[in-house]
Amino acid sequence: MAENKGILIYGELASGKLAAITTELLGCGRKLADELSEELACLLISDSAGEAAKEAIAFGAGKVYTVEDPSLKQYQAESYFQALDKLVNDTKPRIILFGQTAMGRELAPHLAFKHEVGLSTDCLDLSIDSSTKLLLQTRPVYGGNAQATFVSELLPQIATIRPKAMSPLEQDSSRTGEVVPFKVEIDASAIKVKVLETVKEEVSGIKLEDAPAIICGGRGIGSADPFNTTLKELAELLHGAVGASRPPADNGWVPEAMHIGLTGKIVAPDIYFAVAISGASQHIAGCSGAKHIIAINKDPEANIFKEAEIGVVGKYEEVIPALTGKLKELL
Amino acid sequence: MPNMIVCCKQVPDPEAPPSLFKVDSSSNKVVTAPDVKPVIGQYDEFALEAALRIKQKQGGKITVLSLGNKITRDVIKKSLAVGADELVLLEDEAFEESDSWTTAYALAAAVKKVGEYDMIFCGRQSSDWDAGQVGIGIAEILGIPAVTLARKVEFSDGSVKVDRAIPDGYESVEVAPPVLITVSSELGALRYPALKGIMAAGKKQPTVYKPADLGLEANQVGAAGRHIKISKLFQPVKEGKCEIVEGENGEEAGVNLALKLREAKLL
Ligand SMILES: Cc1cc2nc3c(=O)[nH]c(=O)nc-3n(C[C@H](O)[C@H](O)[C@H](O)COP(=O)(O)OP(=O)(O)OC[C@H]3O[C@@H](n4cnc5c(N)ncnc54)[C@H](O)[C@@H]3O)c2cc1C
Ligand SMILES: Nc1ncnc2c1ncn2[C@@H]1O[C@H](COP(=O)(O)O)[C@@H](O)[C@H]1O
Repeated sequence: MAENKGILIYGELASGKLAAITTELLGCGRKLADELSEELACLLISDSAGEAAKEAIAFGAGKVYTVEDPSLKQYQAESYFQALDKLVNDTKPRIILFGQTAMGRELAPHLAFKHEVGLSTDCLDLSIDSSTKLLLQTRPVYGGNAQATFVSELLPQIATIRPKAMSPLEQDSSRTGEVVPFKVEIDASAIKVKVLETVKEEVSGIKLEDAPAIICGGRGIGSADPFNTTLKELAELLHGAVGASRPPADNGWVPEAMHIGLTGKIVAPDIYFAVAISGASQHIAGCSGAKHIIAINKDPEANIFKEAEIGVVGKYEEVIPALTGKLKELL
Repeated sequence: MPNMIVCCKQVPDPEAPPSLFKVDSSSNKVVTAPDVKPVIGQYDEFALEAALRIKQKQGGKITVLSLGNKITRDVIKKSLAVGADELVLLEDEAFEESDSWTTAYALAAAVKKVGEYDMIFCGRQSSDWDAGQVGIGIAEILGIPAVTLARKVEFSDGSVKVDRAIPDGYESVEVAPPVLITVSSELGALRYPALKGIMAAGKKQPTVYKPADLGLEANQVGAAGRHIKISKLFQPVKEGKCEIVEGENGEEAGVNLALKLREAKLL
């Protein structure tokens, strides 16, 4: 049996271009590949990879496998898995990296269990153990209260990486690489889960993932209204977006897509206002990438003050309008 | 009427204050403070609620599976109190320190032993290790389809319809049973047990399986069968130097915060 060799990135497309997470994975994969002196490959599954294959090379891939088929226009776990599994069987990578995304969360466990190997999900850091050459996989556990470094001797070693945890390389179109079309016959008869419809619940305004400033409200906001008034006014002033901890989403005060945290969106804005949020580890897991965290909470003992850089102890109903008013003068 | 299996794990209360959480880095183990009570994992409760809603409409039977060692009866019996019919515990010292692989392998063996099933429900992730693997793992081992991140599940003869959460909305899918479903928080919280349910649960005895009862060898369970090893468990140090902006009252503090943010050039 051939030896497992090289690193494979599971690539994703977003509106026809390489997704941000894939550029991050390539940046991290490049480092690991150089350390192992092995190849960095990227897989792109779609109806048409277009320019994204060249983009992947410009972001560091040495080889790009493209699986193109009209039936692969929309992501469906079973059909995408068929393509992924065949490539893994044929190319036998040593390491396979996914984003901790809608796709990665599904495909990585399917792959790991099918191949009877280990998997670490939601990793924040990866490195190579210099003596064993094995992949050290560090991820938060216990809702972010601790971190663990995992290692598996079984090959391939598989991990999913949290968005924004890794930095992409500078895009450089002078980088060279090979684009290899990879043929897979998708067996439609093996697909058991039928997609009936996809419903978009768009949140208006700037997307949380792209917002430079986030005003995030917690359970202490008390109802739906202030999200659309008090918090929104500050967000608009700062050209940012309004987010929420999980309780407001659970209570139906805000749409699900606004919920930030371990099981919601992972964000990394320049500035993050945590308003009436206690600072549970599962919430912090979603915003710890923010450059500056500002806390407004009426409880001086709230854990959020351990996470924040600047804080105000007070009722948000008083603090936020005054803050917004003064900023309107200053900005 | 559908046969349903729900996988519930006992975990230390994940919403306990972070300050109570400690690890012993020499043994790479979590030290649970006595004040932190064991509970059923959050998402496992949502998974149980998904099954209960189907039972409420269509009837059927719910079997709860839980794997661990020293499983607190009062905690896990909450599943019976809210309306599950059977409780099966995979309970043994040998199950300690299972990883996602050994957990899914043993639970899949238990599912086979239970026999008939249309739907298996798991949480989207456990409330301790947060891996999000075991559900899909069970499906892969049993060779059945998996649908993840359910926010609504409906069963009608020969078909399961699931609305699954996707990044900007949801997707409705349809699949023929048997199927494994992982459940997300959008589905909604677990109902409260009624007094009658609590009384009935008190009298019911769980079935307890040891590895050998499931045909599992010593090297296939718990720590011995792990596919990933923990090489380090640690708590990242937090600097925790928050500067508090003061004021006579909330308004003044808000104004001072604006001045502070400008002065520090954060805006
Ligand atoms: C497995 C798991 C996954 C989870 N995933 C997530 C996740 O992705 N995202 C998430 O957010 N949570 C998540 N949680 C829940 C998390 O543990 C906490 O329960 C949640 O984050 C608490 O939200 P909160 O801070 O808004 O509410 P609370 O903890 O209730 O805090 C409310 C705060 O508001 C303050 N307050 C009240 N009124 C006012 C006022 N007028 N002015 C100022 N301050 C006020 C209070 O002092 C308090 O500190 C998860 C939990 C588990 C177990
Ligand atoms: N020890 C266990 N006993 C019962 N169910 C479990 C156990 N571990 C995990 N599960 C189920 O699998 C889901 C995902 O777990 P994990 O892969 O550990 O995040 C949980 O939400 C449970 O439904």
